[in-house]
Amino acid sequence: MANENTGGELVLAADGTPLKASLNKAMRKNRIRALLLVTPLFVFILFSFLIPIVDMTFRSVDNWHVGTLMPKTTAALADWDGKALPDEPVFAALVEDLQVGAKAREIGKVGTRLNYEKSGLRSMITSSGRKALKVKEGPYKEKVLKMHKKWKELSTWTVIKRNTAPFTIGYYLNAVDMKYDDNGEIVRQNENRRIYGKLFLRTFAISLAITVICVILAYPISYLLATLPLRYSNLLMIFVLLPFWTSLLVRTTAWIAMLQSQGVLNDLFVFFGLVSDDNRLQLIHNMTGTIIAMTHILLPFMVLPLYSVMKTIPPSYMRAALSLGANPLVAFVRVYMPQTLSGIGAGSILVFILSIGYYITPALVGGTDGTLISNQIAYHMQSSLNWGLAGALGALLLFSVLALYLLYNKIVGIDNMRLG
Amino acid sequence: MALPPYAGPLETTWYYGFRFLCACIFIFLITPILVIIPLSFNVEPYFTFTKGMLAFDPDAYSLRWYEDFVNNTQWTHSVKNSFIIAIASTILATILGTLAALGLSKSHMPYRSLMMGLLISPMIVPLIISAAGMYFFYSNIGLDQTYLGIILAHTALGTPFVVITVTATLVGFDHSLTRASANLGANPTVTFFKVIMPLILPGVISGALFAFITSFDEVVVVLFLAGFDQRTIPRQMWSGIREQISPTILAVATILVMISVALLATLELLRRRSDRLRGIV
Repeated sequence: MANENTGGELVLAADGTPLKASLNKAMRKNRIRALLLVTPLFVFILFSFLIPIVDMTFRSVDNWHVGTLMPKTTAALADWDGKALPDEPVFAALVEDLQVGAKAREIGKVGTRLNYEKSGLRSMITSSGRKALKVKEGPYKEKVLKMHKKWKELSTWTVIKRNTAPFTIGYYLNAVDMKYDDNGEIVRQNENRRIYGKLFLRTFAISLAITVICVILAYPISYLLATLPLRYSNLLMIFVLLPFWTSLLVRTTAWIAMLQSQGVLNDLFVFFGLVSDDNRLQLIHNMTGTIIAMTHILLPFMVLPLYSVMKTIPPSYMRAALSLGANPLVAFVRVYMPQTLSGIGAGSILVFILSIGYYITPALVGGTDGTLISNQIAYHMQSSLNWGLAGALGALLLFSVLALYLLYNKIVGIDNMRLG
Repeated sequence: MALPPYAGPLETTWYYGFRFLCACIFIFLITPILVIIPLSFNVEPYFTFTKGMLAFDPDAYSLRWYEDFVNNTQWTHSVKNSFIIAIASTILATILGTLAALGLSKSHMPYRSLMMGLLISPMIVPLIISAAGMYFFYSNIGLDQTYLGIILAHTALGTPFVVITVTATLVGFDHSLTRASANLGANPTVTFFKVIMPLILPGVISGALFAFITSFDEVVVVLFLAGFDQRTIPRQMWSGIREQISPTILAVATILVMISVALLATLELLRRRSDRLRGIV
């Protein structure tokens, strides 16, 4: 640009280089300096956080068991057409793999993996592994078929063949209540085994309920805080900020003390004769407990953004509407409320994001019908050890949170996120 | 918003009705936290108010759960662990987060919003997912059931808060001050410690407080990563609630509430100082 103004002649910097080049050089230096400041944290987050998350999502499609632990069978099954039981060479390879796997005590992992897709295969694999050690020579097919009756079923072989592939969508199918049927077609789970769909729905429903209750509770007090003189509102703000800063487990413990059948609330109800002593309300270890405790825990996240939005609305707007003849209700609905929508949006998405991923509170006060998807993930991580399924459920949860977060970023902008 | 003198009966009812509604919501917010305080002095091993407590009988109150807390090695060990882990991860998070915030708030920063998104992702991703990911990855590299593993994990969870608070303080930062300092012959290090640091200090400290409380209060990652030796206070409370529910938990809870009151007061003072320094108020 500079040389256009001077009619093609280059403007030179003090050291004789063209100004443009010199400026570019300085800018590049600045860019590099900015990058260097960010790099340590970026590298740290990459290794301590981002790679572990990617690693976990990778587990949800990873299908190494059969291919790694039964390599010979995998190779032998490559040309199998799936129309009838395989031939002798496949069985020979199978016996060899079973022997190696049983000696290394690794074959159980294959059994566990296959069992996710067809029940009974775990015991088939482990017992056959033991029996295979005694097999010295052929005919292998005949001997294997005698080891376990499931070897005679064509669907067993379909499952094994399918899982020789290094990747699987099986865990995701499981996480959305689908499965492969005996012919390898993708179908819905039996009615009584469709649990995750319901669980996702319940998680969304509970989160939505919490979000709506939070809006209803937060709106009046934010309005009060925003319109009161500063010295009163600062004092009342403590009621919002103290819970916000109090440990999550403290608040959950407090709700257990409040809600349990011998707890404070039930005592009060009995005292006032609202319920009889031997008919105390069950307020905890169910969905009610989860909703009450989580609403309390997440309410400050709704109040703070709403308050900061309401604080910016000049009171003169309402006065103008009133003096122009609107009655107070109309003025409030048509003038005040539209200006608070961004605050409601920001708070709602924040509360919703936080609640669909909640684990601790539902685990402690949720009982069976108040637990959320996170609790199921933890169960598969720690108890059932079905890590692939935990990964698939986690990835689905992660994607819904990220989608919501992008929405949040669009509405509020991450730079405007306010803390405390 | 005082009631005007010409208010009719409808307005008066609405005015007091609205205030009553707000009072109820404030009570909902604060009651659970206040209720545990008297309960922690219960002489009986229950979570409920006994008849004696309601009659203010001094014999119904005692400090036995506080004594139990102080004398129980599991609890004292967990207090030590909590402080070691929280302090170490706060220091790491504050250094890394402040440096990154300084870089991010420069206008020359390439891919700024993408970078910001990645750096604050630990705050957005649900804890159970972070914990699951870290569990797999950290056990592969032998960092599970070690202090280092938990400290690194908590650092990752705490940095977004430092980045956000320090970036927010830098929004009002006058960059001509650094140029003036350089012009007067200070090298970048001197400029940083003598000019930039005092100005952004409130943001840095409140970020550090957030990082501290994040680690101090964190239990999901600890549940997955910690062994018996690394149990923290929240982890101990978790098993207390799940296994043997005793008012010792309430005593600990009361102490933690006191700590949060102190933190809240510190933050408020910092906010006022920061506003004053930046000339907002």
